Amino acid sequence: MADFNITSSSADGMGPHGTKVGLLRVLGPAHVWALGVGIVLVGEYMGWNFAVGKGGAYAALIACWVAGILYTCVAMIDSEVTSTVAAAGGQYTQAKHIVGPLMAFNVGLYLVFAYTMLEAANAITAGYLISVVATMTGYEGTLDQRPFIILAILFLAWLNYRGVLATLTFNLVITAIAFAAIVVLFLSTSGVVGTGIMEHAALMEGQAALPYGWIGVLAAMHFGLWYYLGIEGTTQAAEEVRSPARALPFGTLAGIMTLLIAATLTWYVCSGVLPWEFLGDGVNGSVAPLFDTARLSGSNLLIWLLGIGTLFATLASANGCINDASRAWFSMGRDKYLPGWFGAVHPKYRTPYRSIVFLVPIALIFALGAPLDQVITFSILSGLLGYTFMPLNVILFRKKWPMGSIKRGYEHPFHPLPSIVLLAICAVTFFAVFLGYGTQLVAMIGFYIVVSLWFHFWRYRFVSRAAQFTMPWPKPKGY
Amino acid sequence: MAHYIPPKQSKIGQLIDVVVLVVLTVGALFVPLKLGLSGAAKVVTTPVESPTWETLGQNAAQAAKYEALGYTPETAHDLILARFDYSFTFGGLAAMIVVIVLYYFLMLKFSETEYREVIAEKFGQRGGK
Repeated sequence: MADFNITSSSADGMGPHGTKVGLLRVLGPAHVWALGVGIVLVGEYMGWNFAVGKGGAYAALIACWVAGILYTCVAMIDSEVTSTVAAAGGQYTQAKHIVGPLMAFNVGLYLVFAYTMLEAANAITAGYLISVVATMTGYEGTLDQRPFIILAILFLAWLNYRGVLATLTFNLVITAIAFAAIVVLFLSTSGVVGTGIMEHAALMEGQAALPYGWIGVLAAMHFGLWYYLGIEGTTQAAEEVRSPARALPFGTLAGIMTLLIAATLTWYVCSGVLPWEFLGDGVNGSVAPLFDTARLSGSNLLIWLLGIGTLFATLASANGCINDASRAWFSMGRDKYLPGWFGAVHPKYRTPYRSIVFLVPIALIFALGAPLDQVITFSILSGLLGYTFMPLNVILFRKKWPMGSIKRGYEHPFHPLPSIVLLAICAVTFFAVFLGYGTQLVAMIGFYIVVSLWFHFWRYRFVSRAAQFTMPWPKPKGY
Repeated sequence: MAHYIPPKQSKIGQLIDVVVLVVLTVGALFVPLKLGLSGAAKVVTTPVESPTWETLGQNAAQAAKYEALGYTPETAHDLILARFDYSFTFGGLAAMIVVIVLYYFLMLKFSETEYREVIAEKFGQRGGK
């Protein structure tokens, strides 16, 4: 039997190794929304525009909506499994109970790398934004962005260390402001309020419409994921919400709806103001496209609002990423998939403090040492490997525990259609990644194969077999 | 099934495991970068001498936006003309498909073996509890 019960309804999440200190159950649906949207909304403020560079503005719009279908499937599938597997670690914990330990180890690493690299990308963008503000306010010369990158990561790690309620309440406020800034920019520039400045027809005339033809549309799917990458992170809050069965599906599905609106508005305002070559180059051109759109609006109010929105979005995302990566790392430590030292909960703040602290230098290595598009690509690749796992996971879940055999907080409709659609879109996205970043894809899978061998033949010996199965479920069908 | 009792890992052993993981992680990101294999670089295949907005293929609205952003035809030259190369070989594509399918196949196969062990210990063998 397990020496702790993570499904206890009468006590907080139980600590590892028989200790009674666990994570605090203090979060509500709004915090789940803030965690999911907070992580992702930065994708509207930066990064998505690489999709424009890969195929043009129309290709980026198609990628936005196809990726939206992918993430709707992810949200539906995740809501069912997570509302049932209500424990920290999210998809890692799901895989452990449904597929098996090696898959779980891989999924845990997907999560940690996707979030840690996204955190690094956020810090890079925050540093860039501060350098732009310095230039706009009269600073001459090149501002060293590194201190701001380091400070941003350290501040957010400290916040996470001190407690989850304050961390995600902070996220709720700054995410709401960042989302409102996008809506205000849309209303102010589209002609809904005042005079519009949109010039879609002129900016997408001739070869600018689909500069690479239809293969560019496929290629754009690579960065199309960036509009929504991270929404699945809501599952990491499973052990800290007061009512997992209610809060997780509600927060996750409300989150994906918010993001579909935000992504479409973002594409509309940016592609109607910025030429596609500038918009699509996120390194030498538009690093922060919504901010650049505000700059061209001629309104100082919008410039400040979108500047603040961009900064808040990067901070909210990095904040959520620290939360999620640390929960995944912590969960693997608690099960001894990683050294058990990481499975500790702070006796006062009730956070996975060792995991939070350990991942800080990892994020800094990526933020200070690699270019933005490479960091984003590695985050996307880890995410994509995770999304490919999800349909396999839910198909096995329904097979091993058919409907009615266990209580589900939410049952997603049309099964197995969402799984098939998700697998198909993942296949298209793998091809898109292959078109430009095939080497990284092979390097990433090579990495996962090597660490899998390391886990199976070495690390797994330290893992208790039955104790890692913590759900109060009956024996799976067929075993 | 006999209850498996895992060995206790020493502090040094735990530290070594963490170092191995970190080295592999950093290597996966930085080795392709250092070897110049990171790909996806855009190139200007047909540069334009003494560029103007017209020779760069920009209409009046597009040129006005570039000027508002602080560009001249000279400074915008590379930004406007650089393109990705999407040519690929079917051999390369087939290799990628094999790698991905093989990876998931191995994951599921090894996981299934480990999972059966977990279920057997947790619930007893088939026909047990």
